[in-house]
Amino acid sequence: MKEFINIVSDPVYSFTGAIILYFLALKNMTFVGSKKFFMILATVVVLFFGWAASDKIFFTIISWPDNIPITILLVLVFWLTWYSFYKGVENDKRIESGEPPIEGTPENREKVWAWPNLVYTELFTIILGTVFLIAWSVLFKAPLEEPANPTWAPNPAKAPWYFLGLQEMLVYFDPWIAGVLLPGLIIVGLIAIPYIDINPKGNGYYTFKERKFAISTFMFGWLVLWVFLIITGTFLRGPNWTFYGPFEFWDPHKVVAANNINISEIFWIKILGMGLPHNVLIREIVGILMVLGYLAVGPFLITKYWGKKLLEKMGPARYYIMVYLILIMMGLPIKMYLRWFINLKYIVFMPEFELNI
Amino acid sequence: MTSINRTSLNRREFFSYLSVAWITFAAAAGGMLSLIFRYLYPNVVFEPPMDFVAGRPEDYDEGVDERWKNVYGVWIYKHEGRLVAMSNICTHLGCVPTWLPAENKFKCPCHGSGYYPNGINFEGPAPRPLERFKVSLNPSGQIIVDKTKVYRYEKGQWGLPGAFISV
Ligand code: FES
Repeated sequence: MKEFINIVSDPVYSFTGAIILYFLALKNMTFVGSKKFFMILATVVVLFFGWAASDKIFFTIISWPDNIPITILLVLVFWLTWYSFYKGVENDKRIESGEPPIEGTPENREKVWAWPNLVYTELFTIILGTVFLIAWSVLFKAPLEEPANPTWAPNPAKAPWYFLGLQEMLVYFDPWIAGVLLPGLIIVGLIAIPYIDINPKGNGYYTFKERKFAISTFMFGWLVLWVFLIITGTFLRGPNWTFYGPFEFWDPHKVVAANNINISEIFWIKILGMGLPHNVLIREIVGILMVLGYLAVGPFLITKYWGKKLLEKMGPARYYIMVYLILIMMGLPIKMYLRWFINLKYIVFMPEFELNI
Repeated sequence: MTSINRTSLNRREFFSYLSVAWITFAAAAGGMLSLIFRYLYPNVVFEPPMDFVAGRPEDYDEGVDERWKNVYGVWIYKHEGRLVAMSNICTHLGCVPTWLPAENKFKCPCHGSGYYPNGINFEGPAPRPLERFKVSLNPSGQIIVDKTKVYRYEKGQWGLPGAFISV
């Protein structure tokens, strides 16, 4: 059993599994958003943790001071996601039968004063939060390490937990892409959401059915790409950033053979059987065409088969900004699969210009 | 006719107060900024010298040598009659790879790039091989490693004189 879990938690399987599970959950939202589902899920999770925590390695990883916040994060993320879906499903049912959503009922629309209603809540939240932090800092030692030394790095060298998703991305990309462009676009994209999404449905109340597309897209980026990568980076990456299953001993000598190659090498050497051309642009032409094709033909195909109505509703500027954000977001899983399946290093490889995609 | 018990300022007085206030504010803000600016520069700079004497070529065995890694950040690599000095900075994002003698490769702890002993990258996201530093022999036959001069493989500089010494 542990062997099996070690094998399936390899990103190739677990990432694919996460995507499939995610879409299954979306398809069966009425079930996922029910209390019954929550009870089942909670039981399974508790049983699993109870069983797994008896394993020494698993327990060490989970209770490592650095990893405790992520364990908490996991629980919170899934609980809060479920809770909002639960409320959304409740409201969907009400709306279907012609009632207003719960938040729209007359007694819930009554206005109250910020003082004392809001301020009290805030005060208690602050107090509880402080108590929690103090208790935490008393119970666990801060995971401090020795002073920084430019000629030595811990192994594995892990970023703070909230950056582990980014660090995981860096495994697949050049620092310019995964360290500057993608994080920048994530922030810009999040800021742009209220300007892109002008659909008034769902304002002030939970719903799923009325906002299926918006919710699924956002949650895909958040749950499958960001949270999943944090989990991988935290729990499943050991010495040398090699992948280790949750029950696997962190043996620093574990060797995973990976000879990564670029598209240009595949094309010129493997397919055409020639040497690499000298001119950079000619050498990388295939990769460049692929990237340009993705960015040029992608929006066209999406619009043709699937986005016509949205285009009309949103207007071209909003629509195309959204399509590009989604395309770039999907670039991450695409690159991950390319790395896993054809050992691809870079699609466009131009170290001469410090530019690799 | 001005009354002595005025409660408000006239225009001229107002402006003189205003300018005093602005000058004070600007001075305070300027002082603050200069402090912040000063803070950006470290009090003590830890920087090992950029060149050092690395002993004689005979001191090194065939293969990767780690003796200068922790002080100067340099690996000495001796192979088939050539001795080179390699930087220990990963070309991906600048972590410090570990030398794994058992696997005969360098492996970066940050995102898992791997390099052959000669510094060529073969796995993981590192875009180019490890950089090499200038090596030369001084009159008494000792190796001088000069980290200010860098030789990069992708620019075809590894064959240049200075990138290696024949031993
Ligand atoms: S810094 Fe070495 S692999 Fe990223």
